Formats: sequence, structure tokens, C-alpha cells
Amino acid sequence: MSNKTEIWQGTLALMILKTLDTLGPLHGYGIARRIEQISEDRLSPNYGTLYPSLLKLEQEGWIAAEWGVSENNRKAKFYKLTRSGRKQLERETKEWNQTTAIVARFFEPVED
Amino acid sequence: MKLRACLLRFKGLFLKDARERELADELESHLQMHIDDNIHAGMSPQEARRVAVMKLGGLDQTKEAYRDRAGIPFVENAVQDLRFTLRQLRKNPAFTVTATTMVALGIGASVAIFAFVDAALIKPLPYKDPSRLLAVTESTTDIPVANISYIDYLDWKKLNRVFESLEVYWPLPHTISTPAGMEMVDGAQVTASFFRTLGVGPLLGRDFHPGEDEPGAPRTLVLSYASWQKRFGGRQEIIGQSITVDEEPFTIIGVLPQNFHFAPVENAEFWTTVNTSWGCFKTRHCHNLDGIARLKDGVSEQAALADVTRIAKELEAQYPDSNRDVGATVAPLSELIVGDVKPVLLLLLGGAALLLLIACINVASLLLVRSETRRRELSVRRALGATRARLIRQFVIEGLVIVVIGSVAGLAGSHWAMQILKGLIPTDMMSGMPYLNELGLNSRVLIFAGALATFAAALFSLTPAFRLSSLDVREGMAEGGRGNAGKVWTRIGSKLVVLELTTAMVLLVGAGLLGKSLYRLLQVGLGFEPKHLITMRVGAPYSAYGEDEKAAVALGRKVVAEIKSLPGVTSVALAQTLPLTFNSNTNWIRFVGRAYNGERNEVLQRGVSSDYFNTLQANLLRGRTFTDADDLTKPNVVVINQTLAKKYFPGEDPIGQRIADNDLNPRSIKEIIGVVDDIREGPLDAEVWPAYYHAFNQFPNNSFAVVVRTSQEGESLIPTVADAIRRIDSRINISGETTMTARVNNAQTVYLRRSSTWVVGGFAAVALLLGVVGLYGVIAYSVSQRTREIGVRIALGAQRGTVYRLVIKEAGALALAGIVIGTGCAILAASLMRKLLFGTPPWDLTTLICVAAVLGASALLASFLPARRAASVDPISALRAE
Repeated sequence: MSNKTEIWQGTLALMILKTLDTLGPLHGYGIARRIEQISEDRLSPNYGTLYPSLLKLEQEGWIAAEWGVSENNRKAKFYKLTRSGRKQLERETKEWNQTTAIVARFFEPVED
Repeated sequence: MKLRACLLRFKGLFLKDARERELADELESHLQMHIDDNIHAGMSPQEARRVAVMKLGGLDQTKEAYRDRAGIPFVENAVQDLRFTLRQLRKNPAFTVTATTMVALGIGASVAIFAFVDAALIKPLPYKDPSRLLAVTESTTDIPVANISYIDYLDWKKLNRVFESLEVYWPLPHTISTPAGMEMVDGAQVTASFFRTLGVGPLLGRDFHPGEDEPGAPRTLVLSYASWQKRFGGRQEIIGQSITVDEEPFTIIGVLPQNFHFAPVENAEFWTTVNTSWGCFKTRHCHNLDGIARLKDGVSEQAALADVTRIAKELEAQYPDSNRDVGATVAPLSELIVGDVKPVLLLLLGGAALLLLIACINVASLLLVRSETRRRELSVRRALGATRARLIRQFVIEGLVIVVIGSVAGLAGSHWAMQILKGLIPTDMMSGMPYLNELGLNSRVLIFAGALATFAAALFSLTPAFRLSSLDVREGMAEGGRGNAGKVWTRIGSKLVVLELTTAMVLLVGAGLLGKSLYRLLQVGLGFEPKHLITMRVGAPYSAYGEDEKAAVALGRKVVAEIKSLPGVTSVALAQTLPLTFNSNTNWIRFVGRAYNGERNEVLQRGVSSDYFNTLQANLLRGRTFTDADDLTKPNVVVINQTLAKKYFPGEDPIGQRIADNDLNPRSIKEIIGVVDDIREGPLDAEVWPAYYHAFNQFPNNSFAVVVRTSQEGESLIPTVADAIRRIDSRINISGETTMTARVNNAQTVYLRRSSTWVVGGFAAVALLLGVVGLYGVIAYSVSQRTREIGVRIALGAQRGTVYRLVIKEAGALALAGIVIGTGCAILAASLMRKLLFGTPPWDLTTLICVAAVLGASALLASFLPARRAASVDPISALRAE
């Protein structure tokens, strides 16, 4: 399916935003691990696919990046949610809930 | 947000290196963290690294995806391709220079010629709603576009139902007195609403009021802008002032705008209303005016023609004595102004288009050859993953670069060419073409140039791209692999070469036919010897010499005597109208003692002095010419030309017969005393008309031309002769000083043909060169592809001569195809330019044979070099090379 990646890119962005919202500033590796954990390893993409998404979010102004030091004393680039990123997350969360609710209705048993 | 992202991506274009480094750092830190975690989970360091790298995915794919997101990949790739192209072009200066020069040449020539076409034919005339303006006048059986008489005009104006307005004009030089003596000033007389019909208002003051052209109205005058500047220093107070013109007071009422042009009387400085008290305005016989009209809304040109023809028929029925066989003609005003140059310009545009075509084909084949030699490179790039689109884009960019450089050079060149071509137009011809003043690279010309460039760019990028689709990677990469490719190219290339040779043939034949027409035209019997003849017009004041015929005769005698006494002058004569002026100024005659039923015997009427025929060295066939004694006191005598004798006196001796005006007015009866061989009175390419010459001394005038035969080249004598005439009376005005040879060479018929011969000839020479170079290219390539085959042939015992023949046969076949197809096309093309040919049919055999011979010989020459190379192939090294 050709648009599979598009969907993946879209949801991936949402997951990144949500992760940063929950955990605060985090580096790419951390974000990738977090997504894996939450999905209980059912989503386990190549970590590399994360970086173009991070760049896109940064270009949109929803996240900001800064070099810092990791818990293991490694130099790492940390991403954090910006104010407009937080708003975007709220918007997208709302949209996501609406969409899933609508789609879910189609799969409810029909009672007549 | 979107905008911000776009800007950042755009910025990304320029911060590529820093960004790449940062990504590498980030990915490295990612890997390290992952490895740490893996070691922590109990893996060996090697295992930990392997798993981490695998999990991250292809590093290069990540970087590529990241790059795509960071910048704008299309632009980046295009910039990359552009750099690559420029590098390639720099590495092949010969190719680059050749290709861009050809494009520049083709585009430059086409744009320069198009600028002329635009100025003359496309740009509308500078009047209000110019497409509704017509040139309207009378016609006769012999003169399709004649002049209209004033009385007829008044009837046309009253009776027509198709014109919003109908006005007339005619050129009329005036004399004014200046501190430097009498001066002739070009002028025009018009009816009152002339400028309103054109839709032109004065810059200063006012236009003529309606009725200001009627008898008795105060005489008023409108100045041209140039005259106002030159004679009155551009002073505003000039309006309302009085000026003496032709010894009569006029009031200056207005000044025309600077951009006002009216080509038929372009040089007019003084515009006045028609003076209807003159004799010519009182008779339907005297046709001296030209008409312009503005059509009523919704009326077509055909309807207008039908209406004026109806009026002409009515007048003919009413006034058979004067209006027999007088019809009407209408044409768009633009036709009157640019009609003569239109076929020439279209011809030149066609020539330039062919040149552009041949140049484009040449560049396209060069690009094809290059794409052939780059097969290996392209195959490798393809195998390494370059998409077809990417490779095609490479060609598109290469084509674009060549076209852009070529077009810019071409545009610069065309600007220069325009100035040169314009400078080559003689001044008096230029004054009839005011529209050329605005010649230049305007928006229409630039759009045209853009369209040509787009066409060329499309051609150049598509040809190799098209070839690319047949690129077989495996075959392309195979060592020494050539397969069919060479043959495919030779096939396409040879078709292109045939097309080039055909085009060259068409241009060569065109140039040849024009050249031959010019030669024929200059060979036309003039009926006189133009060498060592100088001429000028003399205008003496009307008050002193116009009314008193004896005074005019005396003036004529004095002028002749004064000039004759100058050293270097062999003989002198006077003429009312010089040869090669026009087939106009006619009279309607009848023959005394012959039955007459009113038919229109229209013949040219010329007044000449006694020494005229021997000064011109015209050939007297019978009888005698005038003597100085044939004057007002003697019975009228005439000399007729041979055409008149043949037409009206077939098998009869005309000497002693008498001719007269059609009203048999006693003053007009003249006895024929001689017959001269035809002297060409009209343009060189027109039929000779019947003409009679009456004696100046019997019909004198205050304005005439002098013709002076000098013993040497006479040009240097012109000022001396002019001074001698001025010494007789300081009020005399001299104009139009020139030599007869210059009159012949600058005659419009000659000039238009000569200039088009030179330009088309230039195009043809370039086309021939390009075509032959193209042929050489194909044959040389074919030989280089067949080196091994030729080597084998020689090894097996083929003679050098056979190899020569092999190669020359190949070239000969192409040249022959080009010549045969070209001949057909050339005849077709030449039929389209028939109007410009003279005494030469479009299928003129000598021209065709000569051109075919030139093309064939050039083709032979072009194939000789590759043939020699083929014949000198060393079989051993040719076989070893593979």
C-alpha cells in the first residue's frame, strides 16, 4: 500500500509529540525506545525513520532541539515541545479521538 | 507554519554542510546510546554495535530521507546538474562555442528580421482605430491605382453611403524666403477634416475647421513638429503669426504632435488646405489627389469598394468625356504604406526561419553525437541507480544552457544587426518608412525571441532524451560494445543531414533567383546611357516665371547656356519629368483626322528641351528631334516613343501625323516629327508605356529638372552646376541633386531586390556552410564507426579506390537526396516569392543547375576528408584496436 508510510508519518508525528509531552525533553533514541515500549514492541520501525519526522516537526516549529548530555553522560540532541507544539498536540489529539470514535462506530454491532 | 517550514527548507539549501555534520553527530550519539544499552543487556561490543546499526536502518537511506526533508531536492539536484553541465561544456569548448554560435546566429537573424516585420506589418499604424482607415482613389484601365480628381472627389464625398469621412491630400512643395535665400519646403495640401479622419489632434493650437478648405477661406497652415522645432525654435507664440509661403500670406494655426507620421507625404513640413482656385481643381481631367477614408461602423472593405464603384459608374455615364473607363479602388491604408515592403519582409522572415531551422538541426545532431559518445557514462549512472528522469533532466539542462547562452548572444547580435540593416536603407527611402523609426527589441519581439528559444530548447533537450529511451544498460556497458547504436545514430543523423541540405538548397535557389532577377533588372534597356549624367530640380518663383511663358522659356535657355559653359560639361537639357520617375503624368489623346468614339488613349506626356535626346544618348529611330527654335512662335511638334508608334501607328509612318487632347483644343494639336527608341520613364520592372515628348519651349514651366552630361564622373560637378543656376536668379531653388547612376541603383525596385538578394544570399551562404559541416559530421562519424569493417575489407584485399568510393557514395546519396528534395521545395518556395522575381521563372533551370552543382561540389569536398581517412586505415591497427 502506497499511502501506508504517509499514515505512519502522520501518526509517528503525533506519537513523538505525545511522548515529549509526557516525558519532557528527550533525545531521538529515547523517543524511539519509548514508542517501542508503549506499543509493546508491536511498532518497531527502523529508528532511522524517526529523524526526518523530527526535522519536519522542528521546521514546523512544534518542537525545539538543543544539544545536551544524556543520563549515561553521552552527548545527545534533546527535543522538547514548544508552546505551539503543545497546542498542535491538543488539536491533533482531539482530531484523533474524533476520527477513531467515528471509525469505531462502524465496527460496533448493529442493533436494529 | 507552512511558510516557516518552506523558508527553513530554502535556508537548508545553503547550510548543507553544517546540517550534514549535525545529523551525522546526532546519529552517532544515537548509535552510542543504543550500543551502551545493548552491552548493558549482556551483548558483546561487536554484537551490540551490529544490532544497533541494523536497528537504525540503512544509514545512507536515513541521511538521504533526511536530506530530502531538509532542503528542496529538486532544486538541489538541478543545481548539481547545472554545475555538472557547465563543467562538461567548459571541458568541450569546441562543442560549446559551435553550438551556442549556431543558436545565436539562427535566433539573432530571425529576431532582427522579425523586428522589421513587427515594425512594418504588425505594429498598428499610429492613428485612431487604424483598421477602419482606407486608401481610396480612382483607377483607369491602365493604371490600377491612379489619383482622384477634385471634382470627382466632391461627388464621391456627397454620394457615398459607406464612409464616416472621405478626405484627400497631395504633396506640394512650397518655397519660402529665408536669410540664406529661397528655400524649398516639402508640404502637403489636404481637405479640412484630414487629421480628424486619422484621429490625430494637434500638439499646439488647432486643426483646420470644417469649411476652411473652401474657396475664399483665409489661408491657414499647420506645422509638422520637426518644422516647428527647426524653423521656429519650438516657440509657442508662433500660433497665430503670419508667414509668407509661395508669395502668399498664411496664418500658422497649429503644430502636429512629434509622433505624427503619414508615410505617403512623410517629409511634409507645411500642411495647408487645398487651394481650389488652381486650374487642376476645376476639371475632372486632372487627377492629382489621393484619398483616405474612415469606414462607417459595420461596413466592410468590399461594401465600400462596391459603393465607390457604383459612384464611379454613375459619373462615367454622366461625364463620358472625362470619366470614361475611370473606376474606383480601395485598400487598407496599411497596404498603401507597407504594401511594397511586405513581400520582401515576409521573404526575409522565411529565409531567417530556414536559417534558424538549419542551425537548430545542426545543434541537435551535435547533441545526438554527444549523447552517443556518452552512452557508457549514462549506462554506468543508470546502473548506479540514477532514474531515467534524472538522466533526461541532465539533457534538458544541457539544452537549456546552450539555448540561454545562444539566445542572449543572439539578441545582442540582432540589436546590432537591426542598426546595421537600418543604416543601409537610403535616406529618401527611409523617409517613406517612418514606422521603422521605432524599430527595436520591444515586448512583441522579445516574446517572439522567447518562443524561438523555447522551441530550440525543447528540440535540444528532447532529441537526446528520446534517444535515451532506447538505452540498453547492459549493451551500453559492454566493453567495446557498439551494437546497433552507431547505425541507429547514422540513420537519424543522415535524415537530419538531408533536411539540412534541402533547406540549404531552398535558400541558395532563393538567393540565386533573386540575384538573377536583380541582374535582369539592371540589364533592362533604359533607352539611354546613365553613366556621367547628373540631374537636379530647379524651382523658379511662380510670380516671375509661372505666369509669363516667355520668361520661363528665357530662363530655360539661360540655364542651359550657363551650365554648358562650365568646364567638363558636354551637353545640357531640361525635362519636366526625369526618366525612371513613374508611369504617371499622362494625357488622354486623339489623332487628328481619325474617327474617334471617345476611347481612352492614355499616354505619358513629357516636356523636354531641344538637346534632351542627344544628352541622354537616346536612340532616334525616325525623323528629327526638337531644335531650340521650336518655341511658342512655331507650330507645336512632338517626338513619340516606339511603343506609341507601334500601338497607334501599326504599319504606318507616324511622321507628319498630328495628335491632340481628346477635346481637340487647337492649342493642343501637335505634329509628330520623330520617333525615339523607348526611354524607361517608369520603374524598371514595369512595362514601357506609350509616351510623347513635347518641346519645353512650347509648353514651358517655372519648375523643371536639368540633365547634364559630363565628360568624367560628374558627381563632383554638382555644386558647380547648382551655383551656376543660382547665379541666374537668387530666388531659384535647387533640390534633388544626384547622378543618374544613383537614380538607377536607388530606385525602389532595384533597392528592394538588391537588399533582399544580399540578405538572403548571406543566409544561404551560412546555410550552405552549416549543411556541409553537418554532412561532414555524419560521414566522419560513420567512418569512425566502421573503422574495423574497413580494416577487414582492406585486409581482405579491397583497393583504396574502392574504400574512397564506398565513403563518397554514402555522402553522394545524402547530397543527392538533399538536392532532389531541395529542388522541389525550392520551386515551391520560389513560386511564393514570384512577386519579387523579374524575368526569371521560379523553375529557372540555370539557377537550379548552378545551385545543385555548388551543393554537390561542397558535399564532395565535405566527404573527401573522411574518405581519405577511411582509405588510409591501417588494417592491422584497426583490427588490433578492438
